[in-house]
Amino acid sequence: MKRIIAAILATLMLVACFAGCSGKKTLVMGTNAEFPPYEFVDDSGKIVGIDAEIAQAVAEKMGYELEIRDMKFDSLITAVQSGNIDFALAGMTVTDERLLSVNFSNTYATGVQVVIVKEGSDIVNLDALEGKMIGVQSGTTGDIYCTDDYGQDHVKQYDSGALAVAALVNGQVDCVIIDNEPAKNFVKANAGLKILDTEYAVEDYAAAIAKDNTELLDAFNKALAELKAEGKLDEIIKKYIPAE
Amino acid sequence: MTILNFTDWIANAPAWLQALPDWLQNFVFQLYQTFIYQNRWKFFTDGLKITFIVTIGALILGVIIGLLIAIVRTAHDSSVKKPFFLLRFLNWFCNLYLTVIRGTPMMVQLLIMGFVIMAPKTEAGTIACGIITLGINSGAYVAEIVRSGLMSISVGQSEAGRSLGLSYAQTMWHIVIPQAFKNILPALGNEMITLLKDTSLVSVIALRDVTKQAQNIANKTYQAFVPYISLALIYLVLVIVMTKLLSILERRLRKSDH
Repeated sequence: MKRIIAAILATLMLVACFAGCSGKKTLVMGTNAEFPPYEFVDDSGKIVGIDAEIAQAVAEKMGYELEIRDMKFDSLITAVQSGNIDFALAGMTVTDERLLSVNFSNTYATGVQVVIVKEGSDIVNLDALEGKMIGVQSGTTGDIYCTDDYGQDHVKQYDSGALAVAALVNGQVDCVIIDNEPAKNFVKANAGLKILDTEYAVEDYAAAIAKDNTELLDAFNKALAELKAEGKLDEIIKKYIPAE
Repeated sequence: MTILNFTDWIANAPAWLQALPDWLQNFVFQLYQTFIYQNRWKFFTDGLKITFIVTIGALILGVIIGLLIAIVRTAHDSSVKKPFFLLRFLNWFCNLYLTVIRGTPMMVQLLIMGFVIMAPKTEAGTIACGIITLGINSGAYVAEIVRSGLMSISVGQSEAGRSLGLSYAQTMWHIVIPQAFKNILPALGNEMITLLKDTSLVSVIALRDVTKQAQNIANKTYQAFVPYISLALIYLVLVIVMTKLLSILERRLRKSDH
């Protein structure tokens, strides 16, 4: 019996050593790859986009391998807290509530919440949203703000922005509130949709990092600042969002 | 949006709470913000309402579909002569249904019904869509359970019934089904429990069942522990109650055996 226990322990230690000290260390990023152009799955099945490239550049600067995990947007913060992932980079807005649970890096991009409607819709401005059925991606700031502003009965939560837009095309919701850049992609992909000129909210995107991991936060911010100074950050963003 | 911060909360908390050890304070805080703060328990009761409606609706629909299909399939399989055309057609259709429904995941069926076939526009429509999808799915499994029950009754039973001058339907209703029902009850109970738990998938068609509402609370508090453990306990209690009721029914039915 003792021998078996000793053997198991020895194996475990060996495994732990392999996991811990094998070559380059990995940095695990969590994201929700249904948010183009910040993160999406490309034709070859790889997760690409602004966030993926920024994370790659940051990881390189810090001397880490990058591993990207795709999960539901509303699980990301919990995953950061529980240590499943080292950081979340998912076009995530800095909010006071989220700051109570995680730390945020410096901002790397600005997001705008916009309203997508069908062409010819009677929703012409934000005032017309009252009493309408709004589709959102579950757990996003669009979801949080709309639920606060219009109540749960007027908000339908979908697992992804694409499903919310599918519901809009079907006429299941009257409009979809989501971040500007993915909105542009959704409108491009579906005929008969448009984005309202008025912005619903303006916000800052940043990486979420666990409260107790200040070491990573500092290193992340340092790498981010260097990338900004080198102009690499703008380069990545321009690659995915062509200037109008 | 109002923000609840642990430091502020504990500073205003009663003295007995402040006297507790840190981990317990934190646990009480999580319980407080999951259930009490801003009446968040309503999230759970609202979600349970949807879960109940969908489960009960789908259960009834599933049993009706299952019974009809099982009767067609049993009549077809147990007929001695070559069955007549209509029965053969019905049997073919039922087989097709069973193959398609059992051969595709529930999640996929919900996505297809919710965004392609039914594409419901109102809240009531969405609930109906959930009930119909789950009912159709459950019906396929119930059908096979019921068929196994009907087939398990020896042919001698229905032959005896027919010799006594009862019609096919009378034999079924008075002789075969009562015995079959007893045999399939455990398997049927199993299917009901699975159905109750499968209702947690309806959030993909934007219904707020109790699972979705627990996620919503976790999204507000950014704490996973209390909302999800509570959710698990809710499902567990529901299943225990269901199992208890089924075992009472089973015991009642067994009385006639002695």
